[in-house]
This record gives sequence, C-alpha cells and structure tokens, in this order.
Amino acid sequence: MAIMVNKDTRVIVQGITGDAGSFHAKQMVAYGTKLVGGVTPNKGGTFFNADKANIPIFNTVRDAVKETGAQATVVYVPPQFAGDAILEAVDAGLDLVVTITEGIPVMDMVKVKRAMAGSKTRLLGPNCPGVITPDECKIGIMPGHIHKRGHVGVVSRSGTLTYEAVHQLTQLGIGQSTCVGIGGDPVNGTDFVDVLKMFNEDPDTNAVIMIGEIGGNAEIRGAEYIKKHMKKPVAGFIAGRTAPPGRRMGHAGAIVSGGKDTADHKVRVLTEAGVKIAPTPADMGTTLKSML
Amino acid sequence: MKVHEYQGKEIFRRFGVAVLEGHLATTVDDAVAAARKIGKYPVVVKAQIHAGGRGKGGGVKLAKTEDEVRAHAKAILGMQLVTHQTGPKGQKVRKLFIEAGCNIARELYLGLLLDRESSRLTFIASNEGGMEIEKVAEETPEKLLKVQVDPATGLSPFQVRQMGYFLKLDGPAMKSAMKFLPALYKAYGEMDCTLVEINPLVVTKEGELVALDAKVNFDDNALYRHPDVEEMRDPDEEDAKENEAKKYDLSYISLDGNVGCMVNGAGLAMATMDAIKFFGGAPANFLDVGGGATQDKVTAAFKIILSDPNVKAVLVNIFGGIAKCDVIAGGVVGAAKEVGLKVPLVVRLEGTNVDLGRKILKDSGLPITSAEGVRDAAEKVVKAAASA
Repeated sequence: MAIMVNKDTRVIVQGITGDAGSFHAKQMVAYGTKLVGGVTPNKGGTFFNADKANIPIFNTVRDAVKETGAQATVVYVPPQFAGDAILEAVDAGLDLVVTITEGIPVMDMVKVKRAMAGSKTRLLGPNCPGVITPDECKIGIMPGHIHKRGHVGVVSRSGTLTYEAVHQLTQLGIGQSTCVGIGGDPVNGTDFVDVLKMFNEDPDTNAVIMIGEIGGNAEIRGAEYIKKHMKKPVAGFIAGRTAPPGRRMGHAGAIVSGGKDTADHKVRVLTEAGVKIAPTPADMGTTLKSML
Repeated sequence: MKVHEYQGKEIFRRFGVAVLEGHLATTVDDAVAAARKIGKYPVVVKAQIHAGGRGKGGGVKLAKTEDEVRAHAKAILGMQLVTHQTGPKGQKVRKLFIEAGCNIARELYLGLLLDRESSRLTFIASNEGGMEIEKVAEETPEKLLKVQVDPATGLSPFQVRQMGYFLKLDGPAMKSAMKFLPALYKAYGEMDCTLVEINPLVVTKEGELVALDAKVNFDDNALYRHPDVEEMRDPDEEDAKENEAKKYDLSYISLDGNVGCMVNGAGLAMATMDAIKFFGGAPANFLDVGGGATQDKVTAAFKIILSDPNVKAVLVNIFGGIAKCDVIAGGVVGAAKEVGLKVPLVVRLEGTNVDLGRKILKDSGLPITSAEGVRDAAEKVVKAAASA
C-alpha cells in the first residue's frame, strides 16, 4: 500500500535535460521508478538515455501526459521558471507534482497556490527532497540505498535530516512505508497534517516519525491533528533550538519571528499531543523504536 | 534582505505610499544642508541602522533650529547605537535621515506580511502605534485586526474600510487610507517584500495618513528581478563573512560559539548545531553548503569558517543526497591544505559515494578525526574544542 506513490506510479521529469534533472532522472531509473518521459521545451521528439532505457522527451507536459499516461511529475526547473512549471503540471491534470527546486520567490508561490485551489493536483514541496516508497518508487533526490521497505512513515520539512532519520531506522532494522519531504519554504503544497492523515489511514504504516523545525505553525497544526485523530505512535524531532531569532536558517521558512514558532514551543505542544521527541538528531531512530 | 528606513521610504514614494520630505546625510554639513532644503522647523534627525528601537536608544532627535540639527547630527553620527535588536555592542551610525516634522494627531501600527497558514498576504492593523507589536499580540490580541488578501482579487475596498473603521479613521483619514493601503499592498507584491512594517503610521491633524517609519525586508530569492533593491544593500550593516559566503551561494550565519560547522542541508545544519549544544559545546556558525556542493564551494566554506578567530574546532557533517561525499571530501582536503589546518577537524560522512569520500580523507595524510553518526561527531568535536 504505502502512500502517494508505488511501483505502478508513472512519472515524468520536468527539466530532464538540466544538470540536476538528468542526474536524478538516471538515479530514479536505477532505483526502479517507472520513469516514462521527460519535458524540456524545444527538445521534444528527442530521447533521454538512462540506464539503457530511452526515455522520450516532450515539449509540453500535456503532450507527455497524453503519450505516456503519466500520473506524477518531478520539477527540477530553475527557480525563476519553477512556478510556471508547476502550473503547467496542474493544467495537464497530474495527480502529484513533486517540486525539488529551491529558491522560488515567495510571491510566485502565493500566486501558484491560489491558482491551484480546487484542482485535483497535490503539490509536494517546493524545496523538498521528494517522496519514496522503498523498493517501489523514488521521486526526488534522496539517496535510495539508505532506505529499507517496512512500516514506518517518515514526514519532514528538511532533506538531509530526513536521510539522517531514515538511515538510523534502517541501521536499527526498521523499514519505512513511505518517506515524504514537505519542504522548507514558507508556502508549500502539502503540510504535516495532510501526510499524517494519509499515514493514519494507510494499513501499511504502523508508526510515524515527524521532523519539523523553527518557523511557522505547521507542527502545531500537526500536533492538533495527532491529539485528536492519530491512532499510531508518533516520534518527532524539531531542529533549531539553538537558532537565533530573526535569522533565516537556510530554509526560507526556517526563521523565528514570533514567540510561538520556536523549537521549544513546538516541542512542548507536540509532547502534550503524545509525540515522543528525540533529544538530539542522533536519537530519532531509537526514539521511534522505543514506541513500537 | 534588509534596507534602511530612507530606502524603504524611497520605495514607498515610488508606489504612492505617503511619506514626509526627507534627505540622506552622511556628514554634519550634509545634515544642515538637508534641513535648509526642507526649509521648515522642526525637523527630525534619524540614525539609519538596520535595527529597530532607534528612538529609545537615542538615535532619533527633534531639532527646532539649525544649531540643534548640527548638534544632534554631530552627536548621532559615529555613535555606537545600542537598541534591543543590536545586542550590547550596538551598531555604528554612518548615515542620517533628516526628515520634515508633521502635526501628529494619532499614532497607529500597520504591518503587511505573509500568513503562512493561509499562504496569503495579511495586513495587521492596530491603534497601539509606537508599541512593541509582539507584546500587543501576546497580551491584548483583540487590539489587532488581521485582514487576509486574496491574491486573485488584490486588496478590496471593503477590506480597506474594515481596517479604516477598526483604526477609527474619520472622513479625510478614511479617504487617505483608500489610497495608502492599496499602494502599500502593490509595493509589497511588485517589489517581492517579505515584510513591511510601519510603526508608527500617523494620522496628521490635517487628516492624512503618513508613514513615519518604514521597515521593509525583501525576498532574497527574488532579488534577481530587482537589481535596484540589490543596489540598496549596505555592507556596513551586514556581517562580512556572511556576505563572502553569499558570493559562493553558501548559507552562513555567524554565532557566538567556538565550534565551526559545515553541513549540507539547512535542517541537518540546525540539528547539528543543536547536537553540539546538547553535548555541552557552542556552535560558531550555521553553514549550509547546499545541494550542489562543488569543490570550490566547499573550499570557500572552509576558509570562511576558519577566518573566525573564535573557532577552536571544526565539524563537517555531510549526508549526501545531491551532494556527493567524494566531492565534499576533496573540497575539505583541498581547503585544509590550502589554508593550513590549525584546529582539530572532525568529519562525519554518510550517503552517496561515502566509501570514496572516506578514502580521500584517509589518504590525505591530514590529522582528520573520523566520526560515525551525529552523536559521535558532536561529542568528539565538543571535546576537541574544549581541550584546544
């Protein structure tokens, strides 16, 4: 089962001929993802060679969907064009748009998100590592080999911190159902609550790790959902306890601006909701294990 | 990116957001000339630094005569202005803004920023002008009005009226708001701001709304389409190491501790700082080398970390996704050789091409301590910093 993606998910890559797009398209094919096409304007009709597979390239997302029956896309387009790329994917009626691109202007995303209201498309990201259902489908930039198939759901705002959690779980012999990066930007498509709901309803997921950070109140809303509805144990970690207020810690969304978006406040609210918080990033795996 | 008050007001003026006449001055003579140009007393002599709380710190003075302008300008220029936002060392004042006075009837507060929950721009209005708005929000939230704007329609007239009535604006002031608020909304969107705060926003005795202060922040990710904003950057107000880091597209923030950190990914970088603190150390910086870490970037990152004299030990913590461990290792070795490694270096590598990366470190002949996992790495580097 898992959530969002599985072995049958048909995926295209927007920006397949760029540096990041081509590197990760190859990695995705090597992992076993059903990569059925790519999109780069003016390169339509040519092919992308990955792992002996010839993947057709299209000029538009509509063409790609029509010809390949794709359901999901991953966006590696540079930030100044990424908002447009997302809108093109929405227009083509894809179910899932995974946006890896970092550095999209906030005002672009405000407009994109408004334009997506009422569409059936789910946006994951931007500025996220993607989503992976181990041994089935990898859409994004995570190193596939650290994952292991299993029953723990992982949801996170950070890329490398997710790898860290997954690595720890795998080392402990605990596999993952699906790992979802929701991204580090202030305006994103999918939130903790969306993913927690999916894990809660997924028979293949027995427990969840939720990794948050300073800034915004997505973790607080996640905690409210967990308190009211979550039937499965949740372990957590919040990054940025040592971050000074008013400074943007790399992620556009990781900034302490009011009194309630600090790591300490989030830890307190999540703990009250029954989430067991790892004291250091080295303890994410063992904290979850202690709840199984 | 932050700019000075006078620069924020330049943007305001461009969009038709009402401000008073004012001129920049970098010398006492300039200040006097600016006051003469305004031609009417009183004028206000305002220190231009990026931090807030300038008035309370003695950086804003009213001058009723030319002699007073001269005296205030002399006193404020060059002073170390300490406010609640500068830290105890304060910030040196290098620029003054000489601004016309006005007949203040009432002081209000107005802010415009992104509400992350709704993904919409949100006005925050309050009658409590001049106060610390965080305090108002905490203690008396009913004194704040929040108005969310739909990006598809823009700010609607009914929303302006909502704010106007909440702010108890009467006839002429309400009319003034009908122009002022939409102009501000337009400026925010078109200039890719991330925050606009006017504290105080005043109602003059003549019934005009005027921005007496202007705190304007811009989206770093959108600066590529605003070269005019990029030109407003004031290196004197920014950390030299942070600016150096930006040249290499590195995300770096100076902190007070003695353990230098180089990490890939913002979340892991924050978590690494947290771990250092947890095991009794203090991070000297936040540094995210980013996804596409090239050897040049890593070398630059290393040099920036080592240029901080407080750094007693360095921790490199890399979990390779986009970044490949061999590239990072090559950069670390290259940089360490180039700048000369004078402090202990602990390296933790994991992820793509990890074996190749570890081999490069081992074969380098450099005294690098290898670590397994975040805990081991943090413990080792804290110990190394303590005994250095």
